[in-house]
Amino acid sequence: MNPQELKQQLEALLPSPTFEEGGEWTTLYTDPATWAETARRLRTTKVLDLDYLFCVTAVDWKTHFTMVYHLSSTTHRHTLVVKIRLDHEHPEVATVSDIWRTAEFHEREAYDLMGVVFTGHPDLRRLFMTDDWKGWPLRKDYEDPVNMIKL
Amino acid sequence: MIEEIGTTELGELVVNLGPQHPSTHGVLHLVITLSGETIKKVEPHLGYIHRSIEKMCESLSYRQFIYVTSRMDYLSSHINNHGCALCVEKGMQIEVPPRAKVIRVLMDELTRLASHQLWWGAMAMDVGALTPFFHAFREREAINDIMEKTCGARLTMNYMCPGGVAFDLHPDFQREVKAFLAFFHGKLDEYDELVTDNVIFQGRMEGVGYLSREDAISYGCSGPTARASGVSCDIRKLSPYEVYDQVRFEEVTGTGGDCFARYKVRMGEMRQSISIIEQLIDNVPEGDFQAKTKAVLKLPKGEFYSKVETARGEFGVYIISEGATTPYRIKFRSPGFSNLSALDHMARGHKIGDLVAIMGTLDLVIPDIDR
Repeated sequence: MNPQELKQQLEALLPSPTFEEGGEWTTLYTDPATWAETARRLRTTKVLDLDYLFCVTAVDWKTHFTMVYHLSSTTHRHTLVVKIRLDHEHPEVATVSDIWRTAEFHEREAYDLMGVVFTGHPDLRRLFMTDDWKGWPLRKDYEDPVNMIKL
Repeated sequence: MIEEIGTTELGELVVNLGPQHPSTHGVLHLVITLSGETIKKVEPHLGYIHRSIEKMCESLSYRQFIYVTSRMDYLSSHINNHGCALCVEKGMQIEVPPRAKVIRVLMDELTRLASHQLWWGAMAMDVGALTPFFHAFREREAINDIMEKTCGARLTMNYMCPGGVAFDLHPDFQREVKAFLAFFHGKLDEYDELVTDNVIFQGRMEGVGYLSREDAISYGCSGPTARASGVSCDIRKLSPYEVYDQVRFEEVTGTGGDCFARYKVRMGEMRQSISIIEQLIDNVPEGDFQAKTKAVLKLPKGEFYSKVETARGEFGVYIISEGATTPYRIKFRSPGFSNLSALDHMARGHKIGDLVAIMGTLDLVIPDIDR
């Protein structure tokens, strides 16, 4: 499916979707409240069939966070990027680990390094850092005078 | 972690495998819940070699950060460097000279061969056969020597750079690669006789660690792990980069989804890599090996994603740029990370000895997972 058709399908499927222009792939904006339902539709709708979640990224924009999900379809071969804007004080979004199993690890990574909380996640614990680690290392305001080397 | 050793209420035994254990090929720590010898649950504990490479890259320039990625998947450092170089080139719109493109593909495929050789030796050692390890290392040594002459390194190559490759090929490169291929052709048949056709080996592999097609996709598996379950996911075929669309090769897939299917996919891939090298080795175009680029690279504001097929699967580089000389945020999608997440699913119900075989066929490289 080409990006134009993909957009039309999404417009038919979701109530008033917002897109970001200029990227390599079709980029859809959604909000934390509707993400669980949107994700389920993206996965189960036959014409979209976005079954392969290959990258989950959390980005700290200092004023807010953005979760970026890279999805693609192994049958139709199209790719969709979903972005969710999260509050900086309480970054919280629903888990999609029940839809794409790979998200369980990726979300744990985002929690560990960025401090994004995934509601409904079956096992939300630190992944790389030790359990008693303080702070979220990938955030822009993170300071660690001992372990971090400034170049 | 030591307090986790013990028994659960159901009389199940909880044991640690690793972080220092020969079969984990690095510092992977698995907490295994056992009922007798049967696995009930496998829980990977990561982070023993976490260096926060993504954070480190945020303070490195677009030329420097590529060298850090050699330290992630050290068995395919060329291909990691390649993915990063492609992403920077995409952002800067740099056209790579034809000679560099071919050199890159040659290096990628030699790396894939070397990586699969090490996997093959280590895999056989995991299930109790020690001899193949020495065979694999003997052949891998030849590739390392070829690499050393051109790149000056044997493990962390740092050879690919934005715009092409760092130096031209060594004058002996083509002759030595051809000599290696002539020597290695017969060796693959020897590998098959020694290990693949071995009944005991097949008994350890067949029907162990089954992963269905649906699960492979859902767990985000890629590379030989997913292809053995029948998922067509070779980035070299799906979105060809460099000259992969001009060479003839087959995407090796399997249908079994078990350890033996994953084993056979990798063995098949070695033959395909040889075929790619043979097609290109006499056809390296003349000309520049590097495009002319500015000394300081500045990616325009925006987001760039590029992916390459490493020996373990899909390696993605996601750069978010704010127009500065360093990336604002960088994310590495490492293949081993997603492949590992399927381990628990694959190992449940099997014996603890089978877990070692399953891990062997996943071809895990821990620095790639921990980053």
